[in-house]
Amino acid sequence: MLTKQPAGFNLSWTQRRKLTGLLFVMPTVAFVTVFFIIPLIMTVYMSLHDWPLFGERAYIGWENYQELSNDRQYLKSLDFTFRYTVLVTPPIFILGFILASLVRHNIRYIGIFRTIFFLPVVIGLGVSSLLWVWMLDDRIGVFNKILLDLNLVPKAQLFLGRPNTTMNVIILSVVWKTVGFTMILLLAGLQSIPDELYESAEVDGAGYFRKLFYITLPLMRRFIALALILSVIGSVLSFDQFYIMTRGGPRNSTISIVFWIFNNSFTYFKMGYGAAMSIVLLGILVALTGLQLYVLREKE
Amino acid sequence: MTAPAVHVQAERSQQDIRRMRKRMLLWLQYLVLVVLALLFLFPIAWSFINSIKLPSEAMAVPPTYLPEEISLRNYEELTTYGKIGIAQHVYNSTVVALITVAGSIILSTLGGYGFARFDFPGKNVLFIMVLSTLMIPFQSILIPLFVMIVQVDLHDTLFGLALVYITFQLPFGIFLMRNSFLAVPHEIEESALLDGCSSLSILYRLMLRLVLPGIVTVAIYAFINSWNEFLAALIFMSDQDKFTLPVFLTTIRYGIWGDVNWGALQAGVIVSIIPSLGIFLALQRYYMDGLMGGAVKN
Repeated sequence: MLTKQPAGFNLSWTQRRKLTGLLFVMPTVAFVTVFFIIPLIMTVYMSLHDWPLFGERAYIGWENYQELSNDRQYLKSLDFTFRYTVLVTPPIFILGFILASLVRHNIRYIGIFRTIFFLPVVIGLGVSSLLWVWMLDDRIGVFNKILLDLNLVPKAQLFLGRPNTTMNVIILSVVWKTVGFTMILLLAGLQSIPDELYESAEVDGAGYFRKLFYITLPLMRRFIALALILSVIGSVLSFDQFYIMTRGGPRNSTISIVFWIFNNSFTYFKMGYGAAMSIVLLGILVALTGLQLYVLREKE
Repeated sequence: MTAPAVHVQAERSQQDIRRMRKRMLLWLQYLVLVVLALLFLFPIAWSFINSIKLPSEAMAVPPTYLPEEISLRNYEELTTYGKIGIAQHVYNSTVVALITVAGSIILSTLGGYGFARFDFPGKNVLFIMVLSTLMIPFQSILIPLFVMIVQVDLHDTLFGLALVYITFQLPFGIFLMRNSFLAVPHEIEESALLDGCSSLSILYRLMLRLVLPGIVTVAIYAFINSWNEFLAALIFMSDQDKFTLPVFLTTIRYGIWGDVNWGALQAGVIVSIIPSLGIFLALQRYYMDGLMGGAVKN
């Protein structure tokens, strides 16, 4: 084989393999470096500067970070994102678990139901928000039409007009859009538990809740953790539903962290300040992912 | 009747009761499933029904349930909507999606092969570097990405947006393709290697066919994610002619072109749902493989 090497190429076969391997991964490494590693370092660098889109930038040290503690909307956004995450996670998880239990066994036609519950996941969150904001409209929306026809409300409701109802209906729309994903993860968890365990538990006279708390939930711990953490990360990063459905209203009550970063960076063009907020967001997410890795670690 | 016969009969009827209970539970399960399925399908169906109403009926207050007349006028109106009509935005979204798909396939296949089959210095460090990008969501690096893209004059270009999308797809793609290549037995390449084939021709002639399912999965995710993405598309495009479909539809909702035309908006929602829904339904198995491979094993 070595004789096949052209003259003048003094690389051994192993060395050539090494070089080839490196060449194969080079494009990927280049992409990740240019569009990921460099922006990441730049975020830190920008956060220490006054950085308007046009004009002079100036080094200002920690000033952007100091400004954060005086930014009332920023604190409000943190609080709102936190509340939204806490409120939206349980319905997604509980409904996801119910759906997974309903479609668990391979009874006839079950594939169709799995597909239907999953369908909204492949629709974009932006487009689904456009669909829901129209269904929730006070004049032209179908929800008000149905509620009025059934005499359940005296007059048309402004669902997106008050902070309380706004939160509830956005949660409803997001549950519809994302619960199929949680369902599939939990379904995989349920199917990883051998049937024999349930059978022997039934022989011992265990009822539904005993089986649930002593077999199902403990054995699918890793799937539950994964479903919860992915759903929490998604909620912390939410933007589309608020930008499209409420535009941050009513009275700036639904501006999420990413929304506020977006406003500062791309509406007011305070990019250094936006970068500082991004660093805080990054910290929160790295902590969440760290938690994920810790919970999901393989136990020996 | 003798005593044992009664006993047998009692046991049999108890079995019957158990069987009947089981069957009733099954019917109940189907009932719940059907009701839930209808609720899940309702928003899509409602959007479709309204998209085929006459524009005047689609704007009626209060709304009608079923169309009095079926019409494609809402779709026609979309073709002249805004500055340039929907066709240009479908084109924009398609071009971005296709570049993203092509780029993701090429980079993930080459990279996956390199990481799976070759030993070279720094391999583990580079692999971890690529995967670690999964931990950091793109939302937190959008500002410098925007500054960079503006600096090299790639803002307001479909290509620039696609470059960013390709990067977001890479960790998943590399992870998946590396596993696909690892699943191929070594023997298949060995004889070709001994014959002196180059690595690139082995990859192209032998391996591609074997890892095709992985490539399909990478392609589906690249397409659906870039087709649906909203935030980056909103930031990187300021020229209305370059808006992707979701961003264009949002301008309708915000009434930038005059009153909010809800009928046309729903026609647009349907247009933007169809490709990702169609691809998902046709290639569901590959999609689910990706979900399990990417999320669960990870």
